[in-house]
Amino acid sequence: MTLVLEAVRLSRRFGGVRAVSDVSLALHRGTLHAVIGPNGAGKSTLVNLLSGELAPDAGSILVDGIDVTGWANWRLARAGIGRSFQRTNVMAGMTVLENVRLAAQAVLVPGRRLLRPAAREAAPLRAARAALLRVGLEEVADLVAATLSHGQQRLLEIALALAVQPRVLLLDEPLAGMGAEESERLAALLRDLARDHAVLLIEHDMDVVFSVADSVTVMVDGRVLERGAPDWIRDSVAVRDAYLGHDV
Amino acid sequence: MVLASLRLNLFFLMLAGLLAAAPLYAQPYYLELASTALVAAMFALSLQLLVGGAGLVSLAHAAFFGLGAYAVPLMTRFLGAPPSILVTLTAAGMLAGGAALGVGALALRTRGFFFLMSTLAFGQLFYFVFHDSPLGGGSDGLFIQRPVFGVGSLVFQVSRADRPAVLLALNLGLLALMYAGLHALMRTLFGRALLGIKANEHRMAATGHDVRALKLAAFALAGLLAGVAGHMAAVTDAFVNPDLLGWHRSASALLMVLLGGIGTLYGPILGAFAFTALAEASQSITERQGLVEGVVVLAVVLALPRGLAGLGRR
Ligand SMILES: Nc1ncnc2c1ncn2[C@@H]1O[C@H](COP(=O)(O)OP(=O)(O)OP(=O)(O)O)[C@@H](O)[C@H]1O
Ligand SMILES: [Mg+2]
Repeated sequence: MTLVLEAVRLSRRFGGVRAVSDVSLALHRGTLHAVIGPNGAGKSTLVNLLSGELAPDAGSILVDGIDVTGWANWRLARAGIGRSFQRTNVMAGMTVLENVRLAAQAVLVPGRRLLRPAAREAAPLRAARAALLRVGLEEVADLVAATLSHGQQRLLEIALALAVQPRVLLLDEPLAGMGAEESERLAALLRDLARDHAVLLIEHDMDVVFSVADSVTVMVDGRVLERGAPDWIRDSVAVRDAYLGHDV
Repeated sequence: MVLASLRLNLFFLMLAGLLAAAPLYAQPYYLELASTALVAAMFALSLQLLVGGAGLVSLAHAAFFGLGAYAVPLMTRFLGAPPSILVTLTAAGMLAGGAALGVGALALRTRGFFFLMSTLAFGQLFYFVFHDSPLGGGSDGLFIQRPVFGVGSLVFQVSRADRPAVLLALNLGLLALMYAGLHALMRTLFGRALLGIKANEHRMAATGHDVRALKLAAFALAGLLAGVAGHMAAVTDAFVNPDLLGWHRSASALLMVLLGGIGTLYGPILGAFAFTALAEASQSITERQGLVEGVVVLAVVLALPRGLAGLGRR
């Protein structure tokens, strides 16, 4: 259980809205940490801070003990932070394989080899195939991404995150809009991914969260309300009140 | 962007062969017209690296074209006598590529509409440098001496009668080289990354691509190639003026790209030929040349969303 990513007292506001305030977090390899909370709690903003999509107003982020606060998203991706998006965000007009191959390319191929023919560079292709195999999309590799079903596009999101060979996986509601059977399979995949990654999972479905998470953080109004083992969170009065207060 | 198949490229090679043989069957006037189209094709092709390649629409592109053109008189003045064409060509590429590197480094900090506007501003800046200063003959332009066709002691004396044929061969050769080079480039990891950026810049960055650096490299290379095209415009016409750098020339190159189609590499070449032919035809029918061109381009773009290049693949 090595510590991979550590966030210390992160804050970020949008105008008058404190989207994330004073949130600390540690992600360990081999564990799955879930972040739950009502709509607008700041969960996606937290992921955006951790993945360099947004810069924090205060606080710091450490990867392997190195301060990476303020790094751009592409540098953090190269440093081993992979993420998926809440709203599917892929190269829609390209094939599934090319999507994932491109995602693997930046991390696996040094800049000086950029002028080599793509078809002859084996590493990104191999990584792409492996990522597709792991999420179960290998059979649709040659289809155009836009033609995939919603559930398959959600899996492609995860494959893109996996292709950058991350040590940290930040998954923003990967199960959103999936059917029951798909959800079950994805939950198993999440468990599997947590064996060799540090996973942060944002999810609204409590059954899934309590079945796959090793620990849970509850966010409300940008703050950490509660943190602990799933069983403990389930029985927390504060959490129940917060959720009831938000009508979820 | 879909790259042409080997068969299609062989077909283009055949067309190029026919064009190369034009001096055997065509009047000098048409050879010159073909050269005009070939230069326009080089320019539009260089722009396609940005538009179809990386999804960047720039109005500064003519500035790099014009810098390439002005490199000819500037080098001649600098060296005191017309230098070898290899010297002017190299200077044109370096001048235009260097300027594109500088403009790109600043303009690529913005995106979308703001990028378009900042390229417009930078482009006009270069235009006014040549328009309002004696550097290149001012607003009237400048008749220039052509560079020497050859290197060192190996010099081809080109007679006035032979010149249209020689220029045609030169322009055709350079266009073919440029096309082959870009065709190969789009198959590299770099080319694929540009296409990824065009498809979804944000996701490319989120997966570790240094999007800004990739776009800057494309912008500089496209500028360099536009400089080569501009150089050939100057050599072909033996005349330069500030209009070569103006934004409306960028706009007409964009029209050629649109006319030919942004989905292929060869589309802009078709577009440039169609555009040149259209200008020639409308000029002989009417004085309202621009109007005719505009209407025809509009009709084609509306009827063929993939441009002329989409004709064969419906
Ligand atoms: N880019 C932005 N600009 C302005 N406000 C924002 C921005 N992103 C988020 N916010 C605001 O910050 C707060 C937290 O939003 P965030 O998307 O992080 O919530 P969330 O917990 O992910 O919600 P959901 O469960 O609906 O996805 C909200 O009030 C939201 O309106
Ligand atoms: Mg969210």
